[in-house]
Amino acid sequence: MLEIRDLHASVEGQAILNGVDLSVGAGEVHAVMGPNGSGKSTLSYVLSGREGYAVDRGEVLYDGRDLLELEPEERAVAGLFLAFQYPVEIPGVGTMTFLRTALNAVRRSRGGDELDAMQFLRVVREKARALGIGDDMLKRALNVGFSGGEKKRNEMLQLAVLEPRLAILDETDSGLDIDALKIVAEGVNALRSPDRAMLIITHYQRLLDHIVPDRVHVLAKGRILRSGGSELAHELEAKGYAEILSEAA
Amino acid sequence: MSRIAAETVEQVRSLGDRYKYGFVTDIESEQAPKGLNEDIVRFISAAKDEPGWLLAWRLEAFRHWRTMTEPNWAKLGIPMIDYQDAYYYSAPKQKEALKSLDEVDPELLATYDKLGIPLREQEMLAGVAVDAVFDSVSVATTFKAKLEEHGVIFCPISEAVQKYPDLVRKYLGSVVPYTDNFFATLNSAVFTDGSFVFIPKGVRCPMELSTYFRINAANTGQFERTLIIAEDSSYVSYLEGCTAPMRDEHQLHAAVVELVALDDAEIKYSTVQNWYPGDENGVGGIFNFVTKRGACIGARSKISWTQVETGSAITWKYPSCMLHGADSVGEFYSIAITNNYQQADTGTKMVHMGPRSRSRVISKGISAGRASNAYRGLVKMLPGAGKARNYTQCDSLLIGSKCGAHTFPYIESQNRSARVEHEATTSKIDDDQLFYCRQRGIGEEEAVALIVNGFCREVLQQLPMEFAVEAQKLVGISLEGSVG
Repeated sequence: MLEIRDLHASVEGQAILNGVDLSVGAGEVHAVMGPNGSGKSTLSYVLSGREGYAVDRGEVLYDGRDLLELEPEERAVAGLFLAFQYPVEIPGVGTMTFLRTALNAVRRSRGGDELDAMQFLRVVREKARALGIGDDMLKRALNVGFSGGEKKRNEMLQLAVLEPRLAILDETDSGLDIDALKIVAEGVNALRSPDRAMLIITHYQRLLDHIVPDRVHVLAKGRILRSGGSELAHELEAKGYAEILSEAA
Repeated sequence: MSRIAAETVEQVRSLGDRYKYGFVTDIESEQAPKGLNEDIVRFISAAKDEPGWLLAWRLEAFRHWRTMTEPNWAKLGIPMIDYQDAYYYSAPKQKEALKSLDEVDPELLATYDKLGIPLREQEMLAGVAVDAVFDSVSVATTFKAKLEEHGVIFCPISEAVQKYPDLVRKYLGSVVPYTDNFFATLNSAVFTDGSFVFIPKGVRCPMELSTYFRINAANTGQFERTLIIAEDSSYVSYLEGCTAPMRDEHQLHAAVVELVALDDAEIKYSTVQNWYPGDENGVGGIFNFVTKRGACIGARSKISWTQVETGSAITWKYPSCMLHGADSVGEFYSIAITNNYQQADTGTKMVHMGPRSRSRVISKGISAGRASNAYRGLVKMLPGAGKARNYTQCDSLLIGSKCGAHTFPYIESQNRSARVEHEATTSKIDDDQLFYCRQRGIGEEEAVALIVNGFCREVLQQLPMEFAVEAQKLVGISLEGSVG
């Protein structure tokens, strides 16, 4: 589903990614781990098309299409979803309004009908309940005054409602206490399906106790330095990144 | 360079796509000769068969106007206006007085249909009565019979002059005297039509009242005058809308609105102003110089102004409340959007005279392109305004890097127990918010509209339901092409 080949990217002229190769098949969950400053967030922004992240070399194919030539909203309606590390606050825009605008944009582009208010409400309420999100939170302006945990759960709600084909979770575990972490992990696990792929970007192994990945990759110095099964995450937890980094030096 | 900071002009879609009200109706009209002098004032008064006292009032206003000069204190670049190079009266030609809507020129009905304002009652929004003013005259008023059952008068002011001369004479100029300011004085001399509303004691007006203003003729100024009187314990909600054809030359619109609220009366006055704003290079557009003022004469009376200002090349407008009554309440909720080369200097005056009078001002200014947007507000506490309170909140939103937003709050307090609060913020739509929306599949222009609507929400909520949705769409349309 996702093919990243020799990806080089820079921000304001400074090289961050130095030849990333990564292949994620449908139905697979991959974890990308790495120390701070290794280029993890840059990878998620390049894939989602954020302004200011320049691709210098390489290619990214999504279902065989050139992902990099698409506008951010085109990528989104094609099924790419990024759960943000720092979800943005939009004052005055209700969480429900935002969700509905996004869902209808996605549905329109897929040639489907827009949902009416009642249908939409039913869909959202059901998915919100599973994530422990009450009506009160849905009524508030998007992410405004939300706690860190609420913001992350709100990202998971959007993920569940928009049903993307490729979900990228950027440090979704940061700022979550253990209970919230479990709720989020359950939400993600419920979305695992044979035709959906996930890329979980994380600094720590603890999220991977709850969402067991098919593959684990270590991203450091802008490259994938090692890949392995889920046991690699435990190894990193025990030994840290130092050994891999020194191997690469 | 960020996407928003990138300037937009070449990517802006032609404005013709966006201003969908820019068409001209081909209809024969009667015009007064071009220019402005006492004969023109007499011509207008005679065309409306006015009583002598009104002609005398107009002439006094005209003579006073000739001694005045245009105000220049606003933060506006106003080109020289040649007051002699315009028509002051233009009326669609019709043979006789209309007895019913069936007799309205089909061309006019079609025009209003096209504007989304059907005038045939069976097709109208339930619960909204409309007075349609086309150039200088009212062409139709709907639901008059139904309103009359409740004792509510809703008719063109020219008709009210004939039918209810005592009421008109008592209140006309009582809130905005003919000496008030350059544009109001001009209006007093040459006003042509507008709406008259009278809500008798104890009556809650059973439907929304609405006047729809349309400028059609070229080189013609529009000078309408609206007078709303709410007697003791009555209530009315009134809305005005306005559009004009796209023309390369500027056209002048100088209206006066006077509201009078007696004891325990409430008037809610909403405006959706969508006059032609000019094109993306600043050619053409309406000059909108308007004086709107309400007098809360009675105890516990309330006047609430809500305005959504998206049109006009220049807007100069300060809907105000004179809070005479004890415990009277004044409110001003405003959204002013300027794009391309539009300029707006708008705000309010809250003059507190009555004890414990309260006022609330919520202003949202949005500026895009090369536009300039200023909030100018006066809060004045007079010696009698013991324990009066005011709260003002003024937020500005900038889109792009070539526009400007300014806030000019004036506060004068002559009473030590009065309390005045003022809060102001200025922000930009940031790239993070825009990217977040786009990552969820929402296109850039829809994202801007969503964010701006969120910014304006407190004000949009004040609009009558029938118009809130339209206003929301208008917010999006006005900003099309502001990013890209």
